[in-house]
Amino acid sequence: MGVRVAGGQGFYGDSPRSVAGLLDAGVDYLCLEALAELTLAILQKDRQRDETRGFTRDLPAYLAAALPAVAAGRTKLITNAGGINPTAAARAAIDTAHSLGLSGLTVATVAGDDLTGRLETIAEQAELRHLESGELFADFPGPALFASAYLGARPIVDALAAGADVVITGRVADAALFLAPVVYEHGWAWDDWDRLAAGTLVGHLLECSGQSAGGNLSRDWWTVPHPWDLPYPIGEVESDGSALITKPEDSGGRVSFDTVRHQLLYEVHDPSAYLSPDVVADFTSARLVDEGLDRVRVTDVRGRAATPTYKALLCHRAGFSGEARVGFSWPDAREKATATAAIFMQRVEDAGLPVDEWHVELWGVDALGGPTVPLTGAEPPEVMLRAAWRCADADTAARVGREMVPLTLSSPPAGMTGLGRGAGAPSELLGLWPTLIDKTLVDPQVTVTLEAV
Amino acid sequence: MSRLRLHDLGCGYRAGDKGNISDVALFAPDPEVYALIQTVVTADRVKEHFGRFVEGAVERYEAPNVLALNFVLHDALGGGGPRSLRADNLGKTLGGALVRLEIEVPAALAGRRAPTPDVDWAVEILNRLVR
Repeated sequence: MGVRVAGGQGFYGDSPRSVAGLLDAGVDYLCLEALAELTLAILQKDRQRDETRGFTRDLPAYLAAALPAVAAGRTKLITNAGGINPTAAARAAIDTAHSLGLSGLTVATVAGDDLTGRLETIAEQAELRHLESGELFADFPGPALFASAYLGARPIVDALAAGADVVITGRVADAALFLAPVVYEHGWAWDDWDRLAAGTLVGHLLECSGQSAGGNLSRDWWTVPHPWDLPYPIGEVESDGSALITKPEDSGGRVSFDTVRHQLLYEVHDPSAYLSPDVVADFTSARLVDEGLDRVRVTDVRGRAATPTYKALLCHRAGFSGEARVGFSWPDAREKATATAAIFMQRVEDAGLPVDEWHVELWGVDALGGPTVPLTGAEPPEVMLRAAWRCADADTAARVGREMVPLTLSSPPAGMTGLGRGAGAPSELLGLWPTLIDKTLVDPQVTVTLEAV
Repeated sequence: MSRLRLHDLGCGYRAGDKGNISDVALFAPDPEVYALIQTVVTADRVKEHFGRFVEGAVERYEAPNVLALNFVLHDALGGGGPRSLRADNLGKTLGGALVRLEIEVPAALAGRRAPTPDVDWAVEILNRLVR
């Protein structure tokens, strides 16, 4: 019997409306992936304001949608929505269960991914380097706002083996959320590299919600049925590692060779060596075959031994940004936008406001395509100027923005208009610092805590 | 030889981010086009195409099982998602920018054109809901 695993969430802010359809279709595990790279930065800002926060605020909505089915024994729930405070998230799960009058549930919390308080100690034991630049941790523009290791599937499997119905984690490699229940159900060994690779690949296909089912599709994107009711995907994984990728029947969307291959390479560097904490998976070995409507069979996945390190992501403050958006119509829209950017920036310089970085975009010309846009003599019917800047502090960033305001009346280009309600207050920028950390420095701190409701 | 954009050849795309890296996948519609892009859409050519958008190196990987090439663009997102001043701070649109690349195509492929999107269903909804 295959294990049916569903990807009910692809990011913090996704729609809990997906959950009902997946539960109706029947899934053994509902996995909710809530943490993009920058999500921990958002959650860190939350926790700075309130120590009881730091997990995704939409978790209770997902729990309310799923916990009745979990309590009825129809499914189990696994999520990394614990963010930088999985303990508080588990508390929210227990509170939600109570408020729904549910009992008989076991909630597990996986902790130990958070390295923030241990960075100095770790750095004494190992040479931490920026994964891209090679910069040493000694030069980290600290303090670290957060530092988390991407844990693997093992602690989740431990939680399931201990009887958990709900597993809440912090940072875990996205695909590991999905690999764990398959390993647990099929009893795969931790050195069964091909099967671990197959489970990881399926996890990768499910982790971004609608992106395997016709979301963010190129080519014939307009042909996807009922795109306002895009379903989230289901993987049915057999004990030999082969899998079927499909979706709830009663929905829009599409699962095909094309929609699935779009996701296969999403945010992957070398597809022949997809590095996860549990295995190095070769995505180029996979065979993807359409097996009827909305059914794609995945077979032949190969894997190799996992590396001795976890990826970890550190975060540091990087100044404050502000932005202004104004629009111009024909005639001379492009030239007016260019001139206005220059007039604005000159005023800022004359006001003595220090700007560390400027960024100017002409929407309707080349804001998104940049140098890939061919130069033509065409006169755009309208152009939006978006100017963004980085300053050392929020006050300076705000004062820079005010230099745009008087230009409505007191600047030559005719017909400058605001764009709706425009940009808001300055926001803090954060730098990401990826690195590798030896697993032996992380694993001893990883804990699984169970609590009965 | 004619010249066509990768888009006109029916190539698909998807872009994602990791830190200051943009990962851009390019999907061929069939083995014939895959063989062509495998030959001509080199890492160097993609690096040149993106110009100032990509400050670092471009690496290329092949995934023949899904008729795809995967490009890793280093230092391509203005410092990375939460640090970037770009509106498209995650580089979500860089896939579309890639298929704007024009390549030389043999006669057998010169007649290829991308289909025109049919969004009548969208117009119907808008007509109903927008007053």
